[in-house]
Order: sequence, then C-alpha cells, then structure tokens
Amino acid sequence: MAGSFGAGPLPDSADVVVIGGGVVGCAIARSLSRYELSVLLIERSPDVATGTSKANSGILHAGFDAEPGTWKARLNVQGARLYAELSEGLGIPRKATGSLVVAKDAAQMETVADLRHRGIDNGVPGLEIWSREQVLAHEPNISPDISGALWAPTGAIVCPFLATVGFAENAIRNGVRIVTECAVTGLEVVDRQIVAVNTSCGRVATRFVVNAAGLHSGEIARLAGDDSFTIKPRRGEYILFDRSVGQLINTVLFPTPDKVSKGILVSPTVHGNVFIGPDATEIDDPEDRETTAGGLAGIIAGARRIMPTLPLGTAITEFAGLRAAAGKDFVIGPSPAARGLVHAAGIQSPGLTSAPAIGEVMIEVLQDVGLRLRSKASFVPVNPAKPRFHEMDRATQAELIAADPLFGRVICRCETITEAEIVAAILSPCGARTVDGVKRRVRAGAGRCQGGFCGPRVTAILARELGIPVTAVRKDSADSWLFLSRADLDAGEGIHA
Amino acid sequence: MRELSYDVVTIGGGPAGMAAALAAREAGAERVLIIERDRELGGILQQCIHNGFGLRRFEEELTGPGYAHRYIDMVKATDIDVWLDTTVLAAEPGGVITSVSPHAGLMVVRAKSVVYAMGCRERTRGAIRTPGSRPAGVFTAGAAQRMVNMEGYLPGKEVVIVGSGDIGLIMARRMTFEGAKVKAVFEIMPYSNGLTRNIVQCLEDFDIPLYLGHSVTAIHGKDRVTGITVSQVNDRLEVIDGTAFDVSCDCVLLSVGLIPENEIGRAAGVALDPITSGARVDQFRQTSIPGFFAAGNVLHVHDLVDWVSEEAAIAGRSAARHARGELPASGPERSVAAGEGLRTVVPQRLSALEPGKMSVRFYFRAAKPMGASVLQFWADGVLAFERKLRVVKPSEMIVADIPVRKIGDAATLEFRVVPAPEKTEAEDAIEEEA
Repeated sequence: MAGSFGAGPLPDSADVVVIGGGVVGCAIARSLSRYELSVLLIERSPDVATGTSKANSGILHAGFDAEPGTWKARLNVQGARLYAELSEGLGIPRKATGSLVVAKDAAQMETVADLRHRGIDNGVPGLEIWSREQVLAHEPNISPDISGALWAPTGAIVCPFLATVGFAENAIRNGVRIVTECAVTGLEVVDRQIVAVNTSCGRVATRFVVNAAGLHSGEIARLAGDDSFTIKPRRGEYILFDRSVGQLINTVLFPTPDKVSKGILVSPTVHGNVFIGPDATEIDDPEDRETTAGGLAGIIAGARRIMPTLPLGTAITEFAGLRAAAGKDFVIGPSPAARGLVHAAGIQSPGLTSAPAIGEVMIEVLQDVGLRLRSKASFVPVNPAKPRFHEMDRATQAELIAADPLFGRVICRCETITEAEIVAAILSPCGARTVDGVKRRVRAGAGRCQGGFCGPRVTAILARELGIPVTAVRKDSADSWLFLSRADLDAGEGIHA
Repeated sequence: MRELSYDVVTIGGGPAGMAAALAAREAGAERVLIIERDRELGGILQQCIHNGFGLRRFEEELTGPGYAHRYIDMVKATDIDVWLDTTVLAAEPGGVITSVSPHAGLMVVRAKSVVYAMGCRERTRGAIRTPGSRPAGVFTAGAAQRMVNMEGYLPGKEVVIVGSGDIGLIMARRMTFEGAKVKAVFEIMPYSNGLTRNIVQCLEDFDIPLYLGHSVTAIHGKDRVTGITVSQVNDRLEVIDGTAFDVSCDCVLLSVGLIPENEIGRAAGVALDPITSGARVDQFRQTSIPGFFAAGNVLHVHDLVDWVSEEAAIAGRSAARHARGELPASGPERSVAAGEGLRTVVPQRLSALEPGKMSVRFYFRAAKPMGASVLQFWADGVLAFERKLRVVKPSEMIVADIPVRKIGDAATLEFRVVPAPEKTEAEDAIEEEA
C-alpha cells in the first residue's frame, strides 16, 4: 500500500487501523511502518496534531515525576532517549536545555530531594541538587528568594507539532495511509473479535485497531462495548511571549510540584519564545479550549513566583490545551472487551515525551494479541531535511534562492518565513491543508503579528497550491472557513451557513 | 551576492518611504533607493480605498490609493531606484543593508544614510489578552480590510468590532456597504480612539452602536466564531460583575491599536522610546545611530497621512545632508519630555539648532480627552510658551511650532497639557502670538 495523506477514499481493508492523528497515533503508525503491513491512520480533523498535540508544554521531561513501575515512568525515560536519537533525522526541532525544579523553602527542598531519588529509581541520568547560588548563576532572572533546585540535564524542549508531523511524514514515506476528515462511527465486533471500523467515509475491514483517539479514546472504547476507562479532560491555559524576551531564561523552570500537577512553569520554546502555564481545570466538554480571565490571571500569579519580572507586555497569544487524563497512569494494552482492539489512551503528561516509546511498546502489545510482523527491508528511518531559510548563513541563503526563487520572497515578516518554505510545507507528504497547518509546520503567522500580515498571503498560497478557491481555505478544523465571496453574501446565504 | 552603493536608502515604500526618498533626491542626494516588500509602492494606503486623505498636503480629498499615486507618480518622474517584492533582512550600523527578493536574490547595499519607513502593524488579540476559544473569523481590522478591498473576499456576515481605532470604524462602514450586518463596536476606554469624523461618517450615519467602557470577556465558537461575551468596565478598566451580555456574530474584527514595526531598528541597536515603540529621534529625525533616520508610523503612529509625508520629508532632507557630510553634529543632547496630560512627543531630543531656523515643530499625543486646554512649553523648568487648544483627544495628534527664541539654550524641554483657566485678555494675547 502506497503512503498517502488527506481527505479521501478509505481502503476496503487494512492490517492495522490506528484511530487518531495526534503525536501518539502518528508515532505508533511510524513504528508499524517498519513492518510489512498495510497501516491506515484515520483522523477526524483536516490535519494531524490538532488536539492535545497542538496545545501543550512542548517539554521532553527527564522522567523523575512518575512513580516507579508505572507506564509513565518506563515510557518517559525511554521516550526522552528516543527523541535524542530520532529528532534530527525526522526534522523535529529539539533543544537540550535541561530542567530545574525550583524549591522555595526547606520543605520543598525535601520534596526535590525525594524527586531525585525517584528519578534515580526510574533510571534518569545526571540528576543533581543545586544550591541557590548555582541556580542563580544559571538563571539570573529567577526569583532570588529560592532555596535551591533539582537539576535534570536530560530535560529538553521540542516542537510538539513538528514531532507529530515528523512521525506522520516518516510513516507516510514508509507506506502508511493517513485519511483525514474521517470520524469513527462504529467498531464492528463479531464473537468478541474486531472485524471492521465504520467511519463517516466508509467501512474498513481490519482485525487490529489501535485506539489513540486522545480526548475521545473513551468514546472509541465504548464503541466496542469497552468501559474499562473514562477520559476526564483537564484543561490547561498558557500565555506565549515574543521571541524578543527569549533571553529571559535558559532552561525549563518548574515549581516544586503538588499532588495535582507539575505547577505553573516558565519555559523557553524550541523556537526561542517563552511561555508560562499550564493550570489544571477539570472540564466536561472534550472540545472546550476556551481560556478564561481567571485562568490567565492564575498562571500569571503562579509564574511570577518563579520569575517576578514577567514581561506581560510582550505576550503574543494565549491558548488552552486539554490533557486526556484517565486516572493516574496511561492506559496501554489490549481491550478487555474486544480482541484486536488495543489502547494507547489516557496519555496525559508526559505523553509527548513518551510518544515514540509508546510507538514501540504498542508493537509488543499488538504482537501479544496476534499481529504477525515481518520487517520491511525498504524502511527509511529519516525524512529529507527541509531548509529553514532564516537559520541559514547568507551564502547558503543565496544558493537556496538560486535553486528556487521563492526562497527570495519573505511571506511572514515576524519569523522570516519564505514562500518556498510555505509551498514545501503544503506539498510535502504530510502537507499542510489549513492556515494553522502551515503555521504549525513552518511558523508563518506564529510571530508577534499573529498572521496579521501574512494570513491573507498564506491563504492565497494554500488556495493556489491545493487548487481550491479562497473560500474553501480553512483555519484549522473541518468547518473553520475563513472568507466568503461577495456572491455568497449577495445570495443572502453563505455557502458555509 | 551583488553589492551596490547609494546615498540614501529608505526601507519601506509607503507614504513615509516615498516622501523621504523624494525629499532626499530634491535635497541633492544623487543615488536614492526605495526598498519595498510588496509588489507595488504605496504601503497600507493601497487598501484604504475610502476618502479623506490629503486635505492638508494636497488641499483635496483623495482616497488612499489616490494619495499614494500622487507620490508614486512623483517617484516615477525621478531617477530614484525602486526595488519591489524585496524584503530587508538586516540594516547594520555603518549602513550595510541586506535584502532579499525572488528576482535578484540576496543583495548587499551600502548606504550613506538609511531612512526607516517600515510603518506599523496591528495589535492582536493576544496582546490584549482576550479570553475564550480560538475559532476562525477573528481578524485584525487591517487584515480584513486587505481581504475585502484588495482580494475581494469578505471575512463574515455578522460582524462585531472590538476597539474603536480608525481602521475598525472604517471597516464598520465598509462591511455595511458589502451587505454584512455590523452589530456593534465595543471600546474598553470611556472615549473612542478614532477620529471624530470617522465616528460620525462610519457609525452614526449607519446606526451602528458604539459601546464605550465595554470589554470583551470571551470569544466563543469551536470552528467558526459564534459570538462574544461583553461586560462593562469601571474606571480602572476592571469588569463590573453582573453586566455581562452575549452578542452573536460570525466575525470579530479587532481594532485595538497599532505598533511601529521596528524589528530592523531594534536588531541594529537603535534606542527606542518605550511609549511610542519607535526610535528616539532629534529634530532631523535622526535616531541614536548616526546616519539612520526614521519617519512615519515606524517612528510614532500618526492619525493623518499628511503628517507622515511632512515628517518623512524632514527625514529625507536630513538623510541627504548626512550623506553629504553636512548634517550638524549632534552636540550635547537636549531631552524633550511629554509631561502632564501628554503621552508622547516627537522629536524626543534636540540636536544643535541651526542658525536661521525660526521654529521647531513638535508632534504630540494626549494622554486623555480634555476640553479647552493649554499646551505649555517649559524650558529648564520655566514656562516659556503657551498655546490654547480648543479640545484635546488622544486620537488626534497635536502639532505645535515652538519658536527657536523660546527654546534658547535650555537643556531640558518639557511639554504639558493643562485645563484652560477662565478666559482672560492676557491669554487671548498669548493665543494671538501663537
């Protein structure tokens, strides 16, 4: 089966169907693509990375938080190691910043000492307790009233969108089909064995289904009569700051955690921004990504305890993400209700870090329920490098323009993103189909003007490259149309109404 | 990479860049270049198809493109070089400009003088921290204006406008003309940030309500925006409990302020004014880096393009003089401060005043609306000059010429706006003098 990406017809059958195009589903699809299998990934949205994977902290946790013996503990440490091996080849921006858990009094110093021991049990290398002076030398802008910190040299930051796209693109290059705008409507179970997946775009016969549906993974399990777990969405709000204050911090700064969450952190992003967040609010609606005045005020107050001089005036955007929590640990393993259905669910923090390790462990889980594997000799583990114009030296930039003049046209002024990069992001095997899809891949519109300048231009490029009218270009989700034609309005009824 | 040399290069080919280049050429600069990132000259004027431009500069009421074309024709009639579709990546001290374009690739230009004329960008939803979801249909007013006026597409059918800046007011009328329903304009301040003429001609004439002292507390919708929640605010701009109401809409246009697009200057290390977000300049519009000048909305946000052209001409002439080595050295810096009642003043410092110069023109923005007021000029702490102002509005720039003899040798200059006392004969006399 040749790899592909986009809305489109479903195959009649597949050896394995992965439900969900988040970072977990895409990492699983990539792991499966190493074998002689027909693999289909179905995703409800027009793009990958549109749920929890698009709004999270972007942190590769070192792995000292989780209780030893849990899936979280095992997969976090393994995942962090896999990113170190895989990121460059898959085109996933990653920065080894290290992380600090900051303690503000003697009691918190005891907590971070406990965290260090737990980390050692989990196999986290290099953990050290730092004195106040060591911390201040490393982070001069941190609150001076700290007592010390836990230093984790393997803590890192990563681009969560490009992690997802990197796994997805590599899966596609190795034969995985990703069908978007396709919602699962039913799972056919005969004699307690999965036999098919029914979707909004047809039926696929299969004997193996991987449930990586994130916030909706509980609903998917229910379709097979499996009520072994329930997803309780937990919302976290964030504020993102301009790159002009990127020099504020060097590393990921956590407060000493309490029982509910890791607390409000202050962190650099892999693209040179700074963010603060997230808080943790249990909600009912798995699509409720509204930020709130109270939530934003709360994370500002929390972040100020670590970083008193927060440059609020340089905030460029606020957003909320949802954690797909299902109790304390990940839900990984076969469904008790239907043979052939396996879960990679309840993937809350450290899910992004764990994703490539979840991909590996799901291979074992599928083998345990009867999937037969044969290695694929033609497997290519890496994606071709995509030039990032603004990161190149002048001589290389000149060569790029000589080869493709569109590298000479800057579309996004804030981030210096050229038309050639945007076109490549649309035409690549896991290509952008939406304005936000372009933003997540190449950062056009991710800067301080938030697409005010480049938005209309990116819309026009998408229309041109996809061969669709401007009125069919969407922001992100399937129904997120951006513009009407004058005729739509004259007719008194928008085509989208 | 090719290298070229110019006397004066303007970064930006909008109204400021064109006026600066023309003035530089007229003032004797031999080789002048305009670098413009868009595919035509004119900048933001090209999407401002409404009228009201040029009353001061041309004594005629022109549209934005009409005003732009006056200048484009003037540029075309000279030997000024124009590079279109070209983006400046860096302009380093010493006048080394690196630009990029699809047709010429990377270019290095050595300029004796550089004029920043990059204009401004719109403040975003993120900058004002409006809570809620992030659906499609939320646009800055200027981005929507470009789609409507230049691309021919509409951003929605049921529109709410947040902020009463001029672009938002203009778009309220524009969307009404296009057949959309504009439900309301919500402004957090107790006064509008737009020109009075725009309030009248764009809202009142179309029965579009303007809610002052109202803040948007949430934007709703998962795919496309479905509505907003609005609350009244108190005089500390805090939401008043119990005043919230919902307005349904499929489009939110933001007109919540403009910010000079100063990244190139910031990267070069130009000293900035934290209030204007533009460079700190002297009366020649020279920045803290010798040979680097600034004019137009990249220096401070203007209300009228006519003032932009005037200011840019000053910058252009100064740039030409610097290129010839004839601009007086800065000398000891004399600071100019915006005191009581004022938010900004440009220029923010004075270099040595030239012999024969009769007055220096200053541009101000008021901190808050006031009725009849007096603009005061204090030289070294002494009230040296007053001028009556009939009315003061933050949305409208105050322009005043201060006689050189009043400035004298003062080391610190400060301007204030204070309420006018009861009218006396003495003050009438002062007004006469002004």
